[in-house]
Amino acid sequence: MASSRPRDLQLNENGRLRHFLTIEGLSRDLLIRILDTAESFAALPGRPVKKVPLLRGRIITNLFFENSTRTRTTFELAAKLLSADVINFNIGTSATSKGETLLDTLRNIEAMHSDMFVVRHAQSGAAHFIAEHASPRVSVINAGDGRHAHPTQAMLDMFTIRKHKGDFTPLRVAIVGDVLHSRVARSQILALNTLGVSEVRVVGPRTLLPSDARSMGVHVFHDLAEGIRDVDVVIMLRLQNERMDGALLPSEHEYFRLYGLTDERLENAKPDAIVMHPGPMNRGIELDSAVADGPRSVILQQVSYGIAVRMAVLSMAMQSQADLEVEA
Amino acid sequence: MSLSIINGRLIDPAHGIDDMLDVHIDGEEVVGIGHAPAEFVADEVIDARDCVVCPGLVDLAASLREPGFEHKATLASEALAAARSGITTLICTPDTSPVIDNTAVVELIHRVARKLGLARVLTTGALTRGLAGEQLSEMAALQAVGCVAVGNARAPLASTLVERRALEYAATFGLTVFLRPEDRHLRAGGCAHEGAVAARLGLPAIPSAAESVAVARDLALAEHTQAKIHFRALSTHTAVRMLGEAQAAGLAVTADVAAHQLHLTEMDIDGFDSECHVSPPLRTTTDRDSLRRAVADGTIGAICSDHQPHEPDAKQRPFPETEPGISGLETLLGLTLRLVDEGLLDLPTALARVTSGPADIVGLPLGRLGIGSAADVCVFDPEQRWTLHRAQMASEGRNTPFDRWDFPGQVRYTVFNGRVVHRATEIA
Repeated sequence: MASSRPRDLQLNENGRLRHFLTIEGLSRDLLIRILDTAESFAALPGRPVKKVPLLRGRIITNLFFENSTRTRTTFELAAKLLSADVINFNIGTSATSKGETLLDTLRNIEAMHSDMFVVRHAQSGAAHFIAEHASPRVSVINAGDGRHAHPTQAMLDMFTIRKHKGDFTPLRVAIVGDVLHSRVARSQILALNTLGVSEVRVVGPRTLLPSDARSMGVHVFHDLAEGIRDVDVVIMLRLQNERMDGALLPSEHEYFRLYGLTDERLENAKPDAIVMHPGPMNRGIELDSAVADGPRSVILQQVSYGIAVRMAVLSMAMQSQADLEVEA
Repeated sequence: MSLSIINGRLIDPAHGIDDMLDVHIDGEEVVGIGHAPAEFVADEVIDARDCVVCPGLVDLAASLREPGFEHKATLASEALAAARSGITTLICTPDTSPVIDNTAVVELIHRVARKLGLARVLTTGALTRGLAGEQLSEMAALQAVGCVAVGNARAPLASTLVERRALEYAATFGLTVFLRPEDRHLRAGGCAHEGAVAARLGLPAIPSAAESVAVARDLALAEHTQAKIHFRALSTHTAVRMLGEAQAAGLAVTADVAAHQLHLTEMDIDGFDSECHVSPPLRTTTDRDSLRRAVADGTIGAICSDHQPHEPDAKQRPFPETEPGISGLETLLGLTLRLVDEGLLDLPTALARVTSGPADIVGLPLGRLGIGSAADVCVFDPEQRWTLHRAQMASEGRNTPFDRWDFPGQVRYTVFNGRVVHRATEIA
């Protein structure tokens, strides 16, 4: 089976978003369009979002092979606010442990006539694989695959940054922590570079950075104070508990001492710098409570913007299916 | 049955022959080079005009899947694929089920292969029982029934001590030990080369050091035990350098490379192409170029198919969950000849790496065409290009990244043990 590049797979012939698997290969214009569309959903008066009938009669299936309450819930809420019907499959590892292959699981769920799959899977490339094998009438939205990509999370982060900073081009952004294992960081780096920020930095010990990090278009720092000096945005990544087991770090204590964000350390960033975290956060490990709850933290806004951004992506992908219906 | 192959360009690298010479065969042996013996009458005459006549190819490492994994491939399907591809000797890896760690399995494989009569199928015995890496296998018994070497396939050894003992025991009987150098701790569940592509795709990665650390350990033990070791499927620049240094220091160490490693790099896995999921992983252009130079200068003495046929399901999963390997028999000659096309080495040297080179590594008198040699011959047209089509592959495993690639050198005839086992149907 000839494998197609993400670019070919994600866009239809009219250049519209057919699947949303990764930020890689998408244009600046398309990312801006996602942000603008999200803006229109977020800006409805009275409350942040209001139910609209855009996806009435459509079925969206959440296919979660890996547990996630937060992401699944915001996708479900986004779909419902667009008036779609939502089916949740929490497959975990049970189906595969019974011997069913991912392809068989997919065929079974396809038989239920879904218009869209929202997929989370523990393996890098899983969403890409599903998009390659799904029927042409189904759109696939990647809700996180292994260490590869989490593009809706990255877009809600971009949305948050734009809300606070406006123009992307003069910005310096630092991403701090476990970049090596982070699909969020990979998607953020691609999105920030596509949107033309002036500098993306990654900050962490060498055990938590990809050996070839520079090839991703970032500047590498091992010292937190240096890494966040004069930046406009600080993004703290979640440190998984199991990282303590694999000889990647000596202790949580040392990690916090070196890379934990405190008010004092934050002084190195610009005075109006914002602090972000994709959640769920570990207080006292990645960042101090004073920072998490402080005036520069926009962590809770990220969560509410997530709904508008996911509404934007779902509606745009469904729009590309309308192209298909016109042709047919 | 007697046979004459006439009007061809005979290339026999082992004897330094590259000349317009006829080959005469009687029964299972070559009886004349150039001139036929007195009173020789050929039952069949093959006109090899415009063709190269060379020894049948010897493939050092092919996983043939039978017994135990017949859903992937069978001896019948793979021997046919070999015959079509000019390969007359297949040395199968011990990772069958049951494992080739006892004489019964060896005899079973030999019996099935003899009955098929399409290619000479030889065996690598398991280095440890069940390939579990702990207890030594009965190597002397395996050697007595025909195993040409011992190795542990892709399975790791439990410890450096087991490796030392295994090398010493094998050396007792003069057996060559095949080693796939990979430190399993550094591999750590990786599926792609630790470099720019894996960093971007977020794939669990295998550093180059997983290979060089193992090569350093294996070389130290080879020096200590004076065992003859052979590195299977090298993939890194550093390992090649260490190998060259060890050879220069007089150590009896040899190596091969999988044909695909000489053409593909980490860039080819982009888009999560599972056909390019191989073990060891595809590495950088620098690594590939080092491997190519080592093949050209002889540091690496053999190019092998590293044949790993799979059923379609094995490759139809998210990349990290797919099984590594390429169905490589049908592209072994084509990929080797492409190196000649690209000016990397001359035709006789390229053919040496797939004939006498691999045969010499295991001490077999094959891969050469002298008087008295086994009558294993490959006749191919170097100017006739052909295209690989997945659907037309003879191997049961159609997992290949080379679908629709264009290759020089269409095989016209394959002669095994004095019998024509393949004739190209369409001759342009």
